[in-house]
Amino acid sequence: MEFVTPPPIRRLELNETQVARQIAPPTQPANGHGAPAPSGFTGARRSIGAPQFSIRRMEVDNLSVSYAKREAVKSVSLPIRQGEVLAMIGPSGCGKTTLLRSLNRLTELTRTATFSGRILLDDVDTSLIEPTLLRRRVTMVFQQPNPFPMSVFDNIAYVLREQGSRRQRKKTLEPQVHSALERAGLFEEVKDNLDHPALRLSGGQQQRLCIARALAAEPEVLLLDEPCSALDPQSTQVIEDLIVKLRDDVAVVIVTHNLQQAYRIADHVAFMYLGEMVEYSSATALFGSPREKRTQEYVSGAFG
Amino acid sequence: MDSSLATRPAEIPPTQSPPRPDGGRPRSGVTWHLSDRIGLALCWALGLLFCAIAVAIVAYLLVQGIKYLRPSMLVTPASAGFSQSETGGFSDAFFGTLIVAVMGISIALPIGIGVAVWLVEYGRPTALARVTESTIEAIAGIPSIVLALFGTVIFSSTTLGFLSRTSEGIVFGRSFFAASAMLSLVALPLVVASTREGLSAIPQHVREASYAVGKTKIATTRRILLPASRPQVATGAMLGLGRIIGDTAIIVVLLGATQNFAPVGGAFPLNYLRGAGTTLTNFVYEASPTGNLDQPQKAYAAAFVLLLMVLALNAAVDIVHRRARKAGTWSS
Ligand SMILES: Nc1ncnc2c1ncn2[C@@H]1O[C@H](COP(=O)(O)OP(=O)(O)OP(=O)(O)O)[C@@H](O)[C@H]1O
Ligand SMILES: [Mg+2]
Repeated sequence: MEFVTPPPIRRLELNETQVARQIAPPTQPANGHGAPAPSGFTGARRSIGAPQFSIRRMEVDNLSVSYAKREAVKSVSLPIRQGEVLAMIGPSGCGKTTLLRSLNRLTELTRTATFSGRILLDDVDTSLIEPTLLRRRVTMVFQQPNPFPMSVFDNIAYVLREQGSRRQRKKTLEPQVHSALERAGLFEEVKDNLDHPALRLSGGQQQRLCIARALAAEPEVLLLDEPCSALDPQSTQVIEDLIVKLRDDVAVVIVTHNLQQAYRIADHVAFMYLGEMVEYSSATALFGSPREKRTQEYVSGAFG
Repeated sequence: MDSSLATRPAEIPPTQSPPRPDGGRPRSGVTWHLSDRIGLALCWALGLLFCAIAVAIVAYLLVQGIKYLRPSMLVTPASAGFSQSETGGFSDAFFGTLIVAVMGISIALPIGIGVAVWLVEYGRPTALARVTESTIEAIAGIPSIVLALFGTVIFSSTTLGFLSRTSEGIVFGRSFFAASAMLSLVALPLVVASTREGLSAIPQHVREASYAVGKTKIATTRRILLPASRPQVATGAMLGLGRIIGDTAIIVVLLGATQNFAPVGGAFPLNYLRGAGTTLTNFVYEASPTGNLDQPQKAYAAAFVLLLMVLALNAAVDIVHRRARKAGTWSS
């Protein structure tokens, strides 16, 4: 079988005309800008502050996903924007992972899964995009760090090369590999050991390598499914900082069970419950003054 | 069993390990039941017994082999003669073993890996996959002499006549091609089982991580899954090779067990491969006191060579495993 080289990924330039919507100054000043944290939430909201801009990249429109007869996601609609971090929270089994995996059509790999609704990527229905191309534009990082069993360098190079090919010499790929590692904040730590087996890195480094790998494809959207749940607090901190830094270049969606984390890094938060999206609002609003009772209960329950 | 619990102080600070009566290293077995101790002793005894048997075999063959093996035997063909010094070596058997090993495994390995990949990664159509599974299990259980008999039917057919000696319309059906083909069936189930094991041990999220950067299933299998199961594939290949070079039934029936190569007309390698021959295993049998040749010293020498081959295979697989261990694996 022959595979064509994926065409270069179209990236929008961030100039005035294409900025879809300038974020209005938040009605409630973000924490770290003087406002007190909502009760129960300790620690400062990251100092980076409110997003500078936001461009709508993906649009989930009335999406439902069922496994066999069981509905896991029930008519969810939500926007995914570049320039900000979207966090998805909710109790276990509420469909966060299913929703996330629908965005790059990974759910299709589950034979029992059926869908209705639409997901748009830059106004194109994702079901019309070839899955391998879509998955290079919407890449994903998993809960368990899962570098490939090869060297650090080859982990990134694998993404850059077309399908199973080994062509393209190391030399020609070097700049791209280095820049991906740099964007994931890993380059300084591994630059002398690019030939070392990736599975010998620490858990936190492995996860950042996975982020680097996901970034190497030059995606427009980065999906993270509980990326820190297997990591220690320090690695978590590093990755959180990284995620916030990335939001200007890619639309970031993160699933997390850690509400503090959602509060620290997210600009918008979606609360899901039993497959439904109960509430979607800005992080400060959702944690500070949730509109829905269920959100209120979940958010406060987790903090006593 | 509870005595140590009972003597423990009621309050043990959680950060401190419980005090030990002797304050030193844990004394194993102190509180074991008699039946446990007997079981343990039995395990030890059996373990030592197996070690002793293995060491005895290797040591015995080592001594005999070094005593009787002359390097010249590996390059001198067997010949007729009255004493052991006149009958030459067993070069044809030695190269015969190498030929069937290489040919057999080069058929079994790609097919076995392909089947395993299909079963684990695709498994569709489900019914066919299940049938294939049981078929391979069945092949694993068939005695090789039955496979050999079956092989005579196939390779004596005129359509496959070009693979062996043909004379006046009669296809002999005995050749390295015929023997290797059937021997590959002997190795195939081991390759499939090992490869499947290797593939199944890879966490699902690793595959998905590859799909999630736009890779196809084929690319993922080639670049991630198969390299990750290399140790298990190597183990399967080694077990398969062991079965191939250890087989005698197929050699007698489908290779002719002629102590010299019997090349048939044709260009160089083909004339040998289409002809009859033998392997070391068969030579050992023939040279043993029960066989036709009755030259036990050479039987020891040939058996020693076989043993060296098997040990070399083991060492090679060990290296593959050690390398893989050094490269690390996923935490589950
Ligand atoms: N492959 C699958 N086959 C069948 N049902 C599934 C499958 N994956 C998930 N489900 C079901 O779909 C529902 C949603 O699962 P999902 O993994 O999306 O939840 P989640 O919010 O990610 O949970 P968690 O926080 O524990 O990761 C669950 O009830 C689960 O049992
Ligand atoms: Mg999940």
